[in-house]
Formats: sequence, structure tokens, C-alpha cells
Amino acid sequence: MRYRYFPGCTLKGQAKSMEDTTLAAAKAMGIELEELSEWQCCGAVYPLYEDELISLLSPVRTLAAAEGEPLVSLCAACHHVLKRAQELMQRNEDARKKVTDHLEVEYAGEGRVLHFLEVLRDDLGFDKLKEMVKKPLEGKKVAAYYGCLLLRPSKVMQFDDPENPTIMEDMIKALGAEVVKSPYRTECCGAYLSVTEEGVAADTVERILDSARRAGAEILVTACPLCRYNLENCADNEGKTPIKVYYFSEILAEAMGLPSESAEDQGTKEEVPQG
Amino acid sequence: MTTGTGKSRLIEDMKMNSGQDPNGCYQCGKCSAACPVSAALDLKPHQVLRYLQMGLEDELAESKTPWVCASCFTCAARCPRDIDLARVMEGLRLSILRNRGGNKFGPAELTPEQLEKLPQQALVSGFRKYNK
Repeated sequence: MRYRYFPGCTLKGQAKSMEDTTLAAAKAMGIELEELSEWQCCGAVYPLYEDELISLLSPVRTLAAAEGEPLVSLCAACHHVLKRAQELMQRNEDARKKVTDHLEVEYAGEGRVLHFLEVLRDDLGFDKLKEMVKKPLEGKKVAAYYGCLLLRPSKVMQFDDPENPTIMEDMIKALGAEVVKSPYRTECCGAYLSVTEEGVAADTVERILDSARRAGAEILVTACPLCRYNLENCADNEGKTPIKVYYFSEILAEAMGLPSESAEDQGTKEEVPQG
Repeated sequence: MTTGTGKSRLIEDMKMNSGQDPNGCYQCGKCSAACPVSAALDLKPHQVLRYLQMGLEDELAESKTPWVCASCFTCAARCPRDIDLARVMEGLRLSILRNRGGNKFGPAELTPEQLEKLPQQALVSGFRKYNK
């Protein structure tokens, strides 16, 4: 299985561990991710104003660079922007003509745009993944945290049921861990409000973490670097049961017997205070 | 079309560029019930639509609400009238920024600690939302 791969800015910086663990796990599973050459930032947010065509230049350039081959990203925001830019190119002829003329590329919305979780579910299959697991995550209580960008708007993203998604839980199950479902798993973490309105982000994050605690989760997994940042940095957790936040790919790599932060933490598990 | 302060064009600009018609709203309030940051809003999402219906431009231009919206798309997902409130909020933000000029938030306002710790994605998305 071969895919073009778009990392995005954060995966070369703060979220390097998501890239490292995904690439290692993909290699072990026989999934080839070929990084696009000379890629640029996706723009981080999809432009919701119809005439903001300039914000589409970067994602459309990326989509065209995939040359019609399946294009995979890992960051939830990158996937969101690429998927929605593709849908606009398919739907809006005027926008497509202006953007592609400016970029001097041919692109009419072709090619599959996938998140790596979709590759695991749809192309590899979770049954196959289960067979490939070397060190099942037995006894670990893991909750999925989806957030917004993978799920909504569901008509465009077509990622999973937007109100009751299962893709991450199915992965967690395949890795041998115990699935914990928490009601706030599709709620917003506050996104970029951690830049401008930290108090608001603290409220959203506390609700998500408290909900996961009540459900009995020890670990939360996410596919979004900004969600992880907010979950780890915005809430006051004093006196509360600690919850570790990892990228989905870190527990995937751990279960494949590969190095990851989650695997390292396990080595020192006894030293982590349990509440 | 009027000129001048630009504020009086806010609603027309918002409608034209967001492609959304606030008059479709019948005030059921599902958007406000779903909004994760509702508690921090001076105008709740359904109130924003009501103010748009009533043409209360000054109140909308002064409201904190569009700047606290995190574009999580939950409101639009729950709306029985298929109004994309995330686009309405973006329409208000951009109409205000474009008509009045200036940015809502700039790099100079970031603390050294934020610059050190925030993921690149947060900075790019924050500046995309609050600058033009």
C-alpha cells in the first residue's frame, strides 16, 4: 500500500512524535508513506468566507502535488483543510478556476484525501491490524478524544458518524486495550482560544478531562496537536487523577513493539502517582 | 451601498460572503445549547441570528461572541434549519476586520512562554482567525 504523505508544520515541530511513531508503525505494517517534496503549510484553518480564495492556494497546491494518488495526513487540522478544499474544488467551478489559474496547476478535485486512521480502517482493516500487534496493550484503559476537525462538517469530512464515532475505539480495541467511552469525546477543546482566551479553553478542557476521568480512563488519545496541547496545558488538574494524553500513533507504535513516549512511560509506570 | 464607518455594511457583507440567511432561523436555541463556549459569550449563537434578523449592527459589531467562537462546527451540525453558524461567525469577524481595518490580535501580544510552548498549528490558526 503506497500513499503520498503530507506532514504539515506542527509534525515537524511540537508534534514530531506523531510523525515518528506513525512512520515507524506504517513501515512495520507495510504501508508506504512518501512525503511530498517542497510541501507548504495547509493554512491551519479552512476559510469559511466564500471569497477568501487566497487561503485555498496552499491546500490546493498540496492536493495537486499528490498527482491523483491517495494523499494521507496525520494532523486533524491538515486533514480537515485538505478535505474541505478538495470538496470546494469539486463543487465550485468559479473558485476552482481562479485558484488553479493562479497556481498554474491542473486540479479538479481528484484523488482520495485520507487521514491515517482511515487507512487503518478502510485499506488495512482493524482485523489485520490486530494480527500485527506484537505487544497488546492489555489492561490499559484508553479513551478516544475526537474533537471537531475530523468529524465536522460530516457531509464533507465523511470520516465517521459525527455524533457517535467508533474509528478510534476500534483501533484501541485492535491494539488490545480496554476501550473507555466518555461523553465529551466529540466536544471542542477550545482550539486556538488557548492563544487568546485561555480561561475559556481551560473550561472546555476541564469538562473533557473530568468526563474521561468519570468514565475511568487512564489514557486519552487524539489525532490533533492543538487538542493535545490544550488538554495537557490549559486545565488545572491539581488533586485530580492524572490522565496521560498521547497521539493515537504513539499507542499504535507501542502495540507494534516500537519506541514511543507511551511505551517509555509504561517503563516507569510505578513512579506515576495514581489517584 | 453605504460607505463611511463601514459598520452599516456589516450585515450585508456577512450575508453575501457567508452564503447564509439568518432569516431562516426560528430561534429553537439548539446552537446555543450545543456551543461549548456558550458561557463565555455575551450574545449566545441564537441571539446573534436574532440580532442579524433585526439589523442590530452596532450591537453585533461590539459583541465579544464572534471572537470567542472557536469554529468547532457543533452549532451547524445541530441546526435543524441548516444554517451554518460557523460561517456566520466567520462572516462577522471578517466583515468587522475588513470594514474597520486593523487586526484583532497580533504577534506582539504573545508572551515569551506562549511562543515557546504553543504548537505551530495554534499560532497559524490564531493569526488566520484574528488578522487580515
